[in-house]
Amino acid sequence: MLAAHLDPLVSSVFSLMAIASLVLAFVMLGSRWLNNYLYAFAAESWMIATLSAAVGYYGGYPELYLIAILTALFRGLFLPYLVWRIIRRLNVAREIHEILQPSSALVVGAFCVIFALAVSYKVGSSLGLAGTVAVLALTVMLSMKLIGFLMLAVRHEALSQILGLLVLENGIFLGAQILVPGMPLFIEIVILFDLLIVVACFGVLVQYLVAHVGSTSSLELKRLVG
Amino acid sequence: MVGALLLAMMIAPAVAALACIVGRGPRRAEALNLIASGICFGCAVPLVAMSGDGPYRYWSDYIILDMPGSWVLLCSAIVYLLASIYAVGYMRLLDADTKLWSFYALFAAFALTILLSTVMNNAGLYWIAIELTTLVSTFLVGFERTAESIEAAWKYIIVVSAGISLALLGTVLFYWAGSLVLGPTYDMTWDALRDAAPQMNAPLATLAFLLVLVGYGTKVGLAPMHTWLPDAHSESPAPISAMLSGALLNGAMLGIFRYLIVADAAGIGGLARSTLVAFGVFSLLIGALFIVRQSGIKRLMAYSSIEHMGVVALGLGFGGLFGIAGALYHMLNHSLNKSLMFFGAGNVMRSLGTKEIGDIHGIADQFPVQGALWLAGAVAITGAPPFGLFLSEFVILRAGLHRSHIWAALAMLVLLIVIFIGFLNHFRRMYFNHGTGEAVRARPFSAWCVVPMWLALLPLLLFGVWWPQGMWSHFTAIAATMPGAMP
Repeated sequence: MLAAHLDPLVSSVFSLMAIASLVLAFVMLGSRWLNNYLYAFAAESWMIATLSAAVGYYGGYPELYLIAILTALFRGLFLPYLVWRIIRRLNVAREIHEILQPSSALVVGAFCVIFALAVSYKVGSSLGLAGTVAVLALTVMLSMKLIGFLMLAVRHEALSQILGLLVLENGIFLGAQILVPGMPLFIEIVILFDLLIVVACFGVLVQYLVAHVGSTSSLELKRLVG
Repeated sequence: MVGALLLAMMIAPAVAALACIVGRGPRRAEALNLIASGICFGCAVPLVAMSGDGPYRYWSDYIILDMPGSWVLLCSAIVYLLASIYAVGYMRLLDADTKLWSFYALFAAFALTILLSTVMNNAGLYWIAIELTTLVSTFLVGFERTAESIEAAWKYIIVVSAGISLALLGTVLFYWAGSLVLGPTYDMTWDALRDAAPQMNAPLATLAFLLVLVGYGTKVGLAPMHTWLPDAHSESPAPISAMLSGALLNGAMLGIFRYLIVADAAGIGGLARSTLVAFGVFSLLIGALFIVRQSGIKRLMAYSSIEHMGVVALGLGFGGLFGIAGALYHMLNHSLNKSLMFFGAGNVMRSLGTKEIGDIHGIADQFPVQGALWLAGAVAITGAPPFGLFLSEFVILRAGLHRSHIWAALAMLVLLIVIFIGFLNHFRRMYFNHGTGEAVRARPFSAWCVVPMWLALLPLLLFGVWWPQGMWSHFTAIAATMPGAMP
């Protein structure tokens, strides 16, 4: 596989980008302002697009250039634009209802990364890949997954939940670029389009929430229990 | 021939959905959807019969018609037909003629996505089909635009999207595990995965399988990932509740079934099955606890769906000929029975104007015919003879009476008894208690609302006393493709 036979320099570049994406996930976790989430998410998407292009260049997968362009356009520009429109229409600037202070959330997030590292280390060493960029990719993939779930759990603003879901997907996408760069182009493009539809659906639903429930905080969603 | 039928089956709902959007007439929309569902059912029956000579592959291997897929296809087509008939009567009660076209367009599209998911031969495309079912059905769940239904729709899309993203992660990890065997680029068909599985790295395959199981398990409604299910099933219009419960859950269960085959081939079948059995028992437990103390009539049905998906999971987990055959038979019986239950609940809810079990009484006097049908359905869904669910639950229980899973079989038995008592106790109150206040004048309903209940109950009774030979040989052939499953 690609990750096992990389030039040390290239391997470090990949690692740097993966870690930068993880740090951006922490930026989202540690912030209260919805705009900051959005900028961090857009930056993360651009980082992933760059990574796709880099993997395409060094690994010899020219189709990844197309994925890189589509990622940058969809995840880096169009999705943030859609979410930004929702933010502007809703007039919510910050998260008011957090269960966990951002500082505590950062600590919990750090534990998530340690757990992810333990799992990936075990899987990586059983594959004979210990110490390669593959383990790091798996770690980042799993930790972004866990951080996304953490954001879903401790944030209550509808927009934070949408962005939490997008972080979940970003993690998978990032890991997939390094671990399975040969994944068929068709599937990747369909998944990208799928994400657009998801966000469009969320946009419509958020409007319904405002119109019929009168709030976008999931703390107000407590009619249905038992 | 198979290709033509399959194509007709996919084109019919697609055309109906588009025509509803273009035409926008309420009566025309319901006719279009009804015709499409009739075509789907008409194509599904011969497809099941023909799938034995297959599998048939189309479109450079992206589409497959195999035996388990065709079976779920049939279950979904049956529910689609019944729900379409029922929807004609039910949706007219809602006084929503102006936006009925959008309901039927979404309805047909929802059916299309479920049917598509059963014939996807590529694990990635299967994931996308399941994701699309969520996106379409969210708007059906929130169709009534009340605060409750929007809340249910929001919880549904958030919980299920988060859950299903775990399945995507599992799919990517399976692809990775396969790429270490088959080379960096390959088509991720179910067969390719199964063939690569024996050489897959076991810890990686285990991780991937567990992620997939939790991911699709969310969609199936296995506890503890079931939290969206009672809300979505109780707040959507009754025909949609039937579709969610009878068609969608089976469609996602098919994914678990297909990955179970891969797990068996990878030599991690033991762990995979034990996990599935544990989820099954826990679903039964959650179902039992919430059924006993339930106050909403449609939520009662929703928890019963969790229970029955738990039973199907137990059947797949126990494995063996009896386990697999019982689980597949249970899918069909549950589809029929749960449609019947949701139709009955929808009728009672609409005519009495309440969802609370406590406010419903004297059904036996007010609705002699449809009340009797609904009561028969309630007896059937708790697994009492002589209905189909008794037979399938009995066979699954028999499969569990095997050294390794005996505790699960016993737990299943106890919990089924608890559910039997709890569920029928609610029906006793609704049928034979007479309210203190003045009797609410029940609104009459049309034959559209009662005929599908007959259409669901009669086959259910038939399948309870006679397990058709054709079905049995279909199940035997499916179980034979799972070598790891034989005890």
